Amino acid sequence: MKRWNKIMSSMLAASVAAMALAGCGSSSGSSTTATSSAAAATEAAASTTEAASSDTAASGETFKIGVIGPLTGGAAQYGTGVANAAKIAVDEINADGGINGYQVELQSEDDALDNQQSVNCYNTLKDWGMQFLLGSVTSACSIAVSEETHNDNMFQLTPSGSAVDCVKYDNAFRVCFSDPNQGTKSAQYIGEHKLATNVAIIYDSSDVYSSGITNTFVTEAANQGLNIVSQTAFTADSKTDFSSQVQQAKDAGADLVFLPIYYTEAALILQQANSIDYHPTFFGCDGLDGILSVENFDTSLAEGVMLLTPFAADASDELTQKFVKAYKDAYGDTPNQFAADAYDGVYAIKAAAEKANVTPDMSVSDICDAMKTAMTEISISGLTGDPITWTADGEPEKEPKAVVIKDGAYVSAD
Amino acid sequence: MKKKLNKSTWTYIVVILVWAVVMILQQAGALSSHLQGLLVPATYYAIVAVGLNICVGILGELSLGHAGFMCVGAFSSSLFSIAMQDKLPVGIRFPLALIIGIAVAALFGFLIGIPVLRLNGDYLAIVTLAFGEIIKNILNALYLGVDSHGLHASFTSQMALGMDADGTMLINGPMGISGTPRDANFTVAIVILLIALFVAQNLVNSRDGRAIMSIRDNRIAAESVGVNITHYKMLGFVVSAAIAGAAGVLFSHSISTLQAGSQYFGYNVSILILVYVVLGGIGNISGSVLAAAVLYLLPELLRALSSYRMLIYSIVLIAVMLFNWAPAARNWRAKVAASLKKTFGRKERA
Repeated sequence: MKRWNKIMSSMLAASVAAMALAGCGSSSGSSTTATSSAAAATEAAASTTEAASSDTAASGETFKIGVIGPLTGGAAQYGTGVANAAKIAVDEINADGGINGYQVELQSEDDALDNQQSVNCYNTLKDWGMQFLLGSVTSACSIAVSEETHNDNMFQLTPSGSAVDCVKYDNAFRVCFSDPNQGTKSAQYIGEHKLATNVAIIYDSSDVYSSGITNTFVTEAANQGLNIVSQTAFTADSKTDFSSQVQQAKDAGADLVFLPIYYTEAALILQQANSIDYHPTFFGCDGLDGILSVENFDTSLAEGVMLLTPFAADASDELTQKFVKAYKDAYGDTPNQFAADAYDGVYAIKAAAEKANVTPDMSVSDICDAMKTAMTEISISGLTGDPITWTADGEPEKEPKAVVIKDGAYVSAD
Repeated sequence: MKKKLNKSTWTYIVVILVWAVVMILQQAGALSSHLQGLLVPATYYAIVAVGLNICVGILGELSLGHAGFMCVGAFSSSLFSIAMQDKLPVGIRFPLALIIGIAVAALFGFLIGIPVLRLNGDYLAIVTLAFGEIIKNILNALYLGVDSHGLHASFTSQMALGMDADGTMLINGPMGISGTPRDANFTVAIVILLIALFVAQNLVNSRDGRAIMSIRDNRIAAESVGVNITHYKMLGFVVSAAIAGAAGVLFSHSISTLQAGSQYFGYNVSILILVYVVLGGIGNISGSVLAAAVLYLLPELLRALSSYRMLIYSIVLIAVMLFNWAPAARNWRAKVAASLKKTFGRKERA
C-alpha cells in the first residue's frame, strides 16, 4: 500500500506539473471573440504561432480589450450585459475602421462575483495580451483588480464598479456614478420632485454597493427634509424572506420605500409588499435595473417602480435606439444599464486612445500613461450621458435620469 | 540505505519538488501570470485542508466551520499588518502577523471546544457551522475606525463611528479591510504548508496523536485505559483550527481586499474544504494537499472551455469520488497496485 501511495503521488505530481505547463499554452486567445473576419484570420494565425508567448508587444497589430465580470451565478445579468454590449461596440468600431486604424479584439472572462477569481481573470487576460481593461463589473472585484492594474500600470475602466475605492488609483476610471453619488442624487431627486416625505429604506448590510448608497442617502435625506421612518437591513444569507422588513416599513407609515439593492431581492420585496396589500412608491438605483427580466416575476407588480439610472432603453434618441436594436437582434433581450455603461466604456477607450494617439506596439504602461491624461480631455456623447467627461480622479460627469416602469417597460420619468 | 523513505518524507519531497519546478519555470518566464496568481490560493487551500483533515480524519469529529477559522485568522492578521505597515519591515511583520492569525484562530477553536468537545456525537459540526456563519455576519456588520482619539467601533454604520476627519477606517462593514500589504508569496506559502504538514504528520505519529486516534476509533475503550478524552479532543481541534488560521493569514496577505463575504468564508467554502479532505482521503494528510491543489487549479485551468468549465469541474468531482470510493474502482485499483507492486518489487530486489 505504501508503494501504491508512492506511485500515486509521483504520478499526480507529474500530472500537476503537466497541467501547469498546459495552462501556459492554453491561456492565450482560445476563447477570443472574433473580430472582423480578415483581422480574425490573421490574428488566429498569430495566436497559434505565438501561443506560448505572453508578451504584449508580440501580439502586434490589434488592440486588445479585456472584460471581467460575473458571467455565471446570481449577478450574471450584469456581467453578460457588459460582455455583450462591449462586443457590439467593438464590432461597430471594427466595421468602422478600428481605433487609430487598428482592429480591436475583445475577450471576456467570468469572475463569478469573487475577488480572487476576478484577479485570476485579470491575469488570464494579461497573458492574452490585453492593453485596456473594461472591468470588473462589480465593485469589490473591481477594487481587488485595481490593485493589480495599479502594479502593472494597466489602463482600467470599470463600467459599473460604483464603490468609491474602485477608482482610487490614477489608472482607474469608471463609467457609472459612484455609490455616494447615487445615494445623494436619489435623495435629491426624491426631495426635489416631492415624491414623498416619509421614507423607509431596506438595504443589504452585507453588500458594499447597498450600504454605500444607504449611508449617503441618509445624510442627504436630512438636507432634503425627508423623514426616514424605517431603516431595515438584510444580509446575503437571509435574502429570501423580507416580510418583517416590509411590515416594518408599512407600520412606520412610509409612503416611499427606497431600495438601494439588486433586482433579485427587490422582486421578492415587491411580491411580499403586494401580499400584505402595501403599495408605496418604490424607488431604487441602478441595481434595480433588470427587474423586468427576473424569471417567474409578475411584472405588473413592478408598475410604478422608479429607479435612478443613467440609461432608459426606450429613450428616443438615435444612439439608444440603434444600440437597443443591435442588442435585441444579437441577444434577443433588452439591454440594461450595465450594458449601456459597457458600450460607453468601449467608446471612451476609443476616444481616449485616439486622443492620445496610442498604437498597439506600445507597452501597456506607456499606453496607460497616455490614456490617463487623454481620459480627462475627451468628451463623448454616449448612451448614459451626453456629454460625458471625466475628472482626473476617475469620476464621470453626467446627468442622472430617473426611469419609471410603465406597462412592463422602462420609461423616462421626466 | 535499505531504510525505506516513509510516506511523510515523500510528501515533503514532492512538495519541495513542486516548489522547485514552479520556481524554475517562473525564473525562465515560462509561467503565465494567470498561473502565478493561482499558486498562493492553491497552497492556502491545501493548508486548510491539512488542518481540517486533522479534525475529520485524525480526531474523527466533523467540522463545518473551518472557513470561519480562516476568516478570523485573515482579519486579525490583516489588522495587525495594516497597523504595523510603516513601523516594521516585512521580514518581522509577516511572521508576527502569521503568529497572531494562528493564535486568534486557535483561541476561537479553544473557546468553541470548551463546551462542545465534552459532548459526544455530531454537535461539533452544528456548532462550527454556526460559528462560521456568526463570525462572518459579525465582521460584515462591524465598522472599526481609528483617529486621534483612539479606536471607534460600531455595528450600525460608518457615520455612527463619529470619527474625526483625520480618522481612517480599519474594517468598513461589508467592504471589509482594504490595503493589506501583499506579503505572501508562493515561497512563503510553501514554507507554511511544509510546517503544517510537519505538525500534522508528527502529531499523527506521536503519543498524543495515538491517544487522539484511539478516541476516534473507540471512545469508551480509550476512556477505560485512562485517556483524557476532553484534553486530547481539544488538542486535536485547536491544532486543526490553528492551521486553518495560518491559511487565513495567507489568504488576506495575498489579495489586497478582504471581505467576510459568503463566497470567501461562507459554509459553502467550509464544505468545499471538506470536499478536498474527503476526495483526498480522510486521514490521509498528503492526499488533502494533492486534492486541494488539483481541485482548486482545475476550474481555473478549464477557463479555456468558458461556459462549460463548471460542468466539467463537477463531472471531474464525481469521477474522482467514484475512483476513490466505488467498490468496483477500489477493486480495480487494488489489482493494478498489486501488479505494479510485482513488477516494481522484482526490479528493486534484483
